[in-house]
Amino acid sequence: MVAWVNVMSSAGMTGLDTHLVVERPDGFVLDLAITIAPGETLALLGPNGAGKSTTVEALAGLTPLDGGHIVLTNRVLDRPATNIFVPPEERGIGVVFQDYLLFDHLSVLENVMFGPVSLGEAKPQARQLAEDLLERLGIRALGDRKPLHLSGGQAQRVALARALASKPDLLLLDEALAALDVTTRGTLRRVLAQHLAAFAGPRLLITHDPTDAFLLADRIAIVEDGRLTQVGSAEDIRRRPATPYVAALAGTNLLAGVNRGGVLTLDDHHHGLQTADTSVEGPVLITVHPTAIALHKQQPSGSPRNTWETTVASVEPLGDTTRITLANPLPLGVDITPGATAALDLQPGSAVWASVKATEISVAPAAARDS
Amino acid sequence: MSGRRIRQRAPWQLVALGSIGAAVFVLPLVGLITRTPWSRLGELVASDVVVDALKLSLLTSVLAAFISLLLGVPLAWVLARINFPGRHIVRAIVTLPMVLPPVVGGAALLFALGRRGVIGEPINDATGFLLPFSVWGVVVANVFVAMPFLVVTVEGALRNLDGRHEAAAATLGASRLTVFRRITLPMISPSLRAGLVLAWARALGEFGATVTFAGNLQGRTQTLPLAVFVALEQDRDTAVAISLVLVAVSLAVLLLLRDRWWSHGSTS
Repeated sequence: MVAWVNVMSSAGMTGLDTHLVVERPDGFVLDLAITIAPGETLALLGPNGAGKSTTVEALAGLTPLDGGHIVLTNRVLDRPATNIFVPPEERGIGVVFQDYLLFDHLSVLENVMFGPVSLGEAKPQARQLAEDLLERLGIRALGDRKPLHLSGGQAQRVALARALASKPDLLLLDEALAALDVTTRGTLRRVLAQHLAAFAGPRLLITHDPTDAFLLADRIAIVEDGRLTQVGSAEDIRRRPATPYVAALAGTNLLAGVNRGGVLTLDDHHHGLQTADTSVEGPVLITVHPTAIALHKQQPSGSPRNTWETTVASVEPLGDTTRITLANPLPLGVDITPGATAALDLQPGSAVWASVKATEISVAPAAARDS
Repeated sequence: MSGRRIRQRAPWQLVALGSIGAAVFVLPLVGLITRTPWSRLGELVASDVVVDALKLSLLTSVLAAFISLLLGVPLAWVLARINFPGRHIVRAIVTLPMVLPPVVGGAALLFALGRRGVIGEPINDATGFLLPFSVWGVVVANVFVAMPFLVVTVEGALRNLDGRHEAAAATLGASRLTVFRRITLPMISPSLRAGLVLAWARALGEFGATVTFAGNLQGRTQTLPLAVFVALEQDRDTAVAISLVLVAVSLAVLLLLRDRWWSHGSTS
């Protein structure tokens, strides 16, 4: 981590302070206020069409604001009221784009050198900086390759190195993991977590994937239809979802534990689970989708390897489904149809059996968030 | 190669019509070759008239192609990227020489740049420089007819270019000119090359505007096409010989550039 300091920019104490108001020609209005402290990772989480792309464009200076302001490290980048607009090349906002947008006619090294050279750095210094960054991201050997010959995970690292090479004041990651396959995502998420932690300025992670938000961010802001609906820690959002969308997201049960050959020992609960996924050993994060848990009146017979007896803690209608929260030993959220709720006669305090197939329990390496 | 299998499956109607289409280009070439006085060819080609015309044609067409590149690429960029009032009028005027009979273009150039022309007269009065009937006159006439091909090709490429790579470059701190130079130009390089070759080819074959604006002075403004036209009236064998030289030069360049330049961009 220490070695990173020399290539990291030093963001001012204020970080990012922004209120984005953009009226798109199609009538969509984006209106959100976000602040991010230096060294803090905020995830902007929302469904498709919520305004995430517009947020990226507005911050990067590719779309001017219609109202509000963008202030980064005490510098006003956009404020229509005072007619200030700083063009993208002068903003100091490093963007890792969803599809990376690497320059195919340049080598990997030249891609990373592009920013510093454009900013007036002499070629040898720029080359040194680029090589250092590639080294730290573990892709020094790819320096001479053309981007077309990279895997998705490699391209993602190059894109990150390229963004960092311009020594930005804000790091903006736009769906940085969305284009990767599931196995690469887990690894890259860990790489990303390390490098986010090493970046001193504010970091904004734009995503539609709650797993990315929960695992990488310090704070999560939910955007729906152009507006913030909730801001808080992963814990806040899981405990007190403010909208059905957040509730559905929050319902993604997330547990920490240790995987030994498919047998999961949970950190906070005296209950074991079994998973079919034995590819990741040791400390893991465990996700169980709320629709993957079945509830029964009697002890079920048959295949599910995870079966336990519990009681219902709460019953809440949640749009087309009903959210059942289970009491100890495993306080998990379960989504079932209102019909099933009635058929099982579920009320707070009801005794039920819960079951989950081992194949429905996914594990990911515990990200080194705080290391 | 899978060529044989594909040919077996190809609909005969397409093959038949395509063959007739190819014949339109092959037959005149055959006619030219059968009429060629092979025994006297060396002597005819080496004559002063032909050598002068060849040199002049190569010089002026290459110059015109590069001037078209230098001015045409920025023009294409402005037309593709800047939304100014009257843009399609400007675009129509720029592409007019592709449709206009070149003689009309030559006459228009004469009225603008000639001794009594709107711009030509003050320039001539001030410096004594006269564009028409000079080598530079040939180049100007060539640029006038050739540049639209480059502008149209490059503008199309710029319009089709997804601007997101340029945006990414800007976020990295690159000025607009740097983005243009280091991102935009390399990304449209297949079209740049194609436009350059098209412009050069058009300039090499240029006749009407040249003869009207620059005249037909051997060694100064008489290019290969002009020499062919003059020779047809006087000495058919010379005309055929010059034509053959034009065909050979053009074909050689097109084949060479096709392998080196076109195959990369157009197939990917």
